[in-house]
Amino acid sequence: MMQLREQIMKIVFLLSACSSILSVVLICLFLFANGIPTIFNIGIDDFLFGVNWKPLNDLFGILPMIIGSIYVTAGAIIIGVPIGIVTAIYLVFFCSARTSRMLKPVVDLLAGIPSIVYGFFGLVVIVPILQQMFGGSGKGVLTASILLGIMILPTIIGISEAALRAVPASYYEGALALGASHERSVFFVVLPAAKSGVLAAIVLGVGRAIGETMAVIMVAGNQAVIPDSFMSGVRTMTANIVLEMGYASGMHREALIATSVVLFVFILLINLTFSVIKGKKKL
Amino acid sequence: MIDKLMARYRNDYLSLFLRLFTYLCAGITICVLVFLLAYILIMGIPNITLDQFAWTYTAENVSMLPAIVNTVIMTFFALLIALPLGIFSAIYLVEYAKKGSKLVILVRLTTETLSGIPSIVYGLFGFLLFVLFFGWGYSILAGAFTMAIMILPLIMRTTEEALKAVPDSFREGSFGLGAGKVRTVFRVVLPLAVPGIAAGVILGIGRIVGETAALIYTAGTVAGIPEGLLNSGRTLAIHMYALLSEGLYIKQAYATAVVLLAMVVGINFLSGYISKKLTKGM
Repeated sequence: MMQLREQIMKIVFLLSACSSILSVVLICLFLFANGIPTIFNIGIDDFLFGVNWKPLNDLFGILPMIIGSIYVTAGAIIIGVPIGIVTAIYLVFFCSARTSRMLKPVVDLLAGIPSIVYGFFGLVVIVPILQQMFGGSGKGVLTASILLGIMILPTIIGISEAALRAVPASYYEGALALGASHERSVFFVVLPAAKSGVLAAIVLGVGRAIGETMAVIMVAGNQAVIPDSFMSGVRTMTANIVLEMGYASGMHREALIATSVVLFVFILLINLTFSVIKGKKKL
Repeated sequence: MIDKLMARYRNDYLSLFLRLFTYLCAGITICVLVFLLAYILIMGIPNITLDQFAWTYTAENVSMLPAIVNTVIMTFFALLIALPLGIFSAIYLVEYAKKGSKLVILVRLTTETLSGIPSIVYGLFGFLLFVLFFGWGYSILAGAFTMAIMILPLIMRTTEEALKAVPDSFREGSFGLGAGKVRTVFRVVLPLAVPGIAAGVILGIGRIVGETAALIYTAGTVAGIPEGLLNSGRTLAIHMYALLSEGLYIKQAYATAVVLLAMVVGINFLSGYISKKLTKGM
């Protein structure tokens, strides 16, 4: 009797453990089964490198969206990464343990704020400021980059901080003993030693930025054309899906699913990079 | 003060620059956060009116109460699905599986993949599987399942950590007293891991409350309280998105932002409190 119960529960646990595998399989299956035939129907070349997205005329080129995603992600990295890494350095080396303990929950809070609230903040604060500075609508690559830069801060700070703390104290002490100042020791000895952790933080930041949807559609302008300046409107792949899924049907809907396949492949590549970096760190 | 600094860095302007740069960056981070919170609170609190908490939604009062109720319902059902699955898989990984077995590696790989997938991809997947393939339509149930898959990796990881933190002597003691494996897990190990699991669950709730992209095309955007699980109902975050995209209700959007923020801050605080208590207890 007891033997039976043990066996049954073991199987229950085992089946539960398979739920994450099942989820990934289902996600891949449904996205790829719907998306890949569509990509071939439209033609790989016309789909991935077509510059015209005009669903009404059966033109489904998502190059503007791919470039849009890359632009705003790059912008977010340029803005968010230096500030994030240096803030992590501040938390570890430039403030008292008490200040650090006080600031950490505040940074965590930044991670918990819903993206729609960030989007709203961008819409009512950042957009008007940029409108005044540069004219135009104020929505575009720069606006989205700034907002995403803020949004990836907690990811960057959290992981870089852990990486910096993991560097043995002897590195820092050795540098000091050789006559380097506190600042030089931290920036030129400890930071390079934490390189792989910091790199992992950046990769994760890229993942967050490229997958962000609701905040971006509020501030990016969403024109489906390749942006020609840092203030012109831009539409990311994620925005493309959210904006048009509501009314899309037939081929149009299939093309949106195919867009998500491209996005998914991007994310898988980013995840792969992340595991490679993380795997290296252990060696 | 400045004289002192100058004297200290007279021959080393690079160090001075690095120090100032560090202060600048930390300052930016903190200012942005404080400004964001203060701006939304200051602009939002005066806009909170009583009729936004009316029981039924009309185009005039734009009540957010139904959306709050929907958020609670959604969270409840998502947890109902994700919690047993997540905890049981963590139990399997920690208590049963052999270290380094192929299944364990596969489970880890897939959970890592799951936690990296953007919410819009979850939304689209939920739309394809639950809404269309299963024919549930836009519904609370479709939303809850989508959310459950989304928070599964989070629940699994935190439970795993919590189970690993339970010293082996507890298990050995239980076995020594003649208890079976299942009894040991449920009566001895799990109760000790509860605070750790709770912290993870609260983080999961935070994600559900703040989620928009994954729910628009699964739970739908109907403003009222649904009659059943197969009816559509929008959560607070979607409510806010709907207000913003209609463009007529900017004041109400401010108020909704305050309520959303308050919920998330509360959830974060609770999670921090629990994990602090946990580390103190160890």
